[in-house]
Amino acid sequence: MSQSGKPTALFKNLSAKIAAIPMVLTALMVFVGCSVWTIIYSFTNSRLLPSAEWVGLDQYERLWGTRRWLISIENLAIYGILMLILALVIGFLLAALIDQKIRFEDGFRTIFLYPYALSFIVTGLVWQWLLNPEFGIQNAVRNLGFETFSFDPLYNPDTVLYGVLIAGLWHTSGLVMCLMLAGLRGIDEDVWKATKIDGIPAWKTYIVVVIPMMRPVFITTLVLVTSGIIKLYDLVIAQTGGGPGLASEVPAKFVFDMMFVSQNLAQGFAASTMMLVAVIFVIIPWAYLEFGGKKHG
Amino acid sequence: MKTFKAAALSALMATTAGQPMVAADLEVTHWWTSGAEAAAIRVIADAFKESGNGWTDGAIAGAGGVARPLITSRITGGDPMGATQFTHSSAMRELIEAGFMRDVTEIAEAQGWKAQIFPQSLLDSCTFEGKLYCVPSNIHSQQWLWLNNAVFEDNGLAVPQNWDEFVAAAPTLREKGIIPLAQGQQAWQIQLMFNVLMVSIGGPELFDKVYGELDADYAAGADVAKVFKAAAEARDLMDGSNVQAWNEAALLVTDGRAGGQIMGDWVQGEFMQAGLKAGEDFSCLPGLGVHEYITAAGDAFYFPKVDDPEIIAAQDELASVIVAPKTQVAFTAAKGALPVRRDVELSDPTPCMEKGMEILKDGRIVESINTMVSPDTVGRVTDLVVEFFADPDFTPEQAQEEFAEIIATAD
Repeated sequence: MSQSGKPTALFKNLSAKIAAIPMVLTALMVFVGCSVWTIIYSFTNSRLLPSAEWVGLDQYERLWGTRRWLISIENLAIYGILMLILALVIGFLLAALIDQKIRFEDGFRTIFLYPYALSFIVTGLVWQWLLNPEFGIQNAVRNLGFETFSFDPLYNPDTVLYGVLIAGLWHTSGLVMCLMLAGLRGIDEDVWKATKIDGIPAWKTYIVVVIPMMRPVFITTLVLVTSGIIKLYDLVIAQTGGGPGLASEVPAKFVFDMMFVSQNLAQGFAASTMMLVAVIFVIIPWAYLEFGGKKHG
Repeated sequence: MKTFKAAALSALMATTAGQPMVAADLEVTHWWTSGAEAAAIRVIADAFKESGNGWTDGAIAGAGGVARPLITSRITGGDPMGATQFTHSSAMRELIEAGFMRDVTEIAEAQGWKAQIFPQSLLDSCTFEGKLYCVPSNIHSQQWLWLNNAVFEDNGLAVPQNWDEFVAAAPTLREKGIIPLAQGQQAWQIQLMFNVLMVSIGGPELFDKVYGELDADYAAGADVAKVFKAAAEARDLMDGSNVQAWNEAALLVTDGRAGGQIMGDWVQGEFMQAGLKAGEDFSCLPGLGVHEYITAAGDAFYFPKVDDPEIIAAQDELASVIVAPKTQVAFTAAKGALPVRRDVELSDPTPCMEKGMEILKDGRIVESINTMVSPDTVGRVTDLVVEFFADPDFTPEQAQEEFAEIIATAD
């Protein structure tokens, strides 16, 4: 049974499998191949051009002794955690509010989703102007008569990350809202009717019944938002350039600066390998729970 | 028909006689996009076009930080431009070592650049293993303190003549709500200011010992401690100058909202555009009025290796156009820079430019950090001083200790 079953499984959907071959090859060569190449060369002393001179773990030792890298990681962690929580909360709240069968729903949806259509560079520039004390929000409020009003998060090392976070949230929340809204629309009307008959308040229904039912939507959103967080680069470039001082440096910017400004490829490779390792540490347990669990259960 | 073609061809040859090859379009990349810079590159472009060649302008917006990676990756990626502007730096050295760049020794020898180009260090930093790989176009020096005279005079102060007087005058300016020192917050400007302090407060020998000999013990010693003390003073003085770009900082000075700025000589154009007159309305102190030494580095043009003989001929043409006396006069006047030749007379130089010329002629020159150490080391020093200048709790002692560690492992 199993012997006759195997070949048929291999040739099942043959055309689909053939069609997938180019993408599989691309993925293997470009993603896996380049990643492996990068990891290998992170153990060399390559400068502007790749060189094959082996230096062992020197690049990693230097990397973890560089304060700028440590600051970058800390910044990304703070930004990432806040971004993840706030984007999900704000996105879900907006979706729940829009789901109350309000008027002009399309209009609101467009308005909230619009920022996502802008690139991070544009978003960053707009928010750099808005948060600039000379001609942004601070100036506008002062012109209204509140002379002592002060709001310049980008010029204070302690608050600069939150200035970047505001722009990031403005950009991402709309997309999260749309995904959540789709999830909410997928919940059967009968569920709502049943909870209503049982006399369960709406907020409790959301938390206890609806959100657990929306698990796949949450996971999709989580992946999308997380990948956006790790890639964080253009927003910082446009808003702060990493400043003041090193207060808003992020790993992706470290990698770019090392590879192309300092012309130290190997150091940049080491840093990007560490980023890859971090991503793998997050993804593998999650994938195991998500896919591995289902097979057995 | 055949004879007609031959006749036409020979006629064509006759009109282009005197030129070594048929004209070609040369793509020239550069990052000279501000008003004065764009006017300056146009001078070169026009002079080049007179030779019958075509000029394809490859301006890259954003300063060197943006342009340099673009240019190097185009060359390493196998899509070289005809020629490119670049700053003298060891950033280019690896490209030369890897054989991506063309050497122009022959043209230099044929035209006798060695005798004309001054100072000699300009050619030295273009030379690798006895061959010349770039054409210096102009000199910029960094070690200047620019002061708005009116800011000091209006507040009953004498215009400072050196760094110590400037520091002494600062508290009075603070009381009046004026920022003593305006500096842009971008990393390269902070690095520039720190190394200006290194040359000017520490002196040329100190600078050479630190970056030339990479003497880590010396870098941790008492002489360099003075530089870090001055850096800490500068950090206090620039508190409140929350601007990013160097021309925004210059605007604070010309507006009278700030007293002075440490910046290269290219900032002079901004002062003059604001209607101020050199020597009367604003002062310039080379070497911060302490050690009057300047870097004679500047911009240069590099030529990637190509196979097309027409492009090679056009490259030769551009190389000789850049150093021609006529181009030098018009070009440096437009750019506000100093010429690379000894034998040209500046038309209408400002007192500041005259000061600069005098220092150059005396040979009071220091090498630029970019040619002394690798971009990697420059990057590490930059990261350190950027953090130091942004954080008032960062002590000069700790910064010096970390600086010495960088020097110990620098290359």
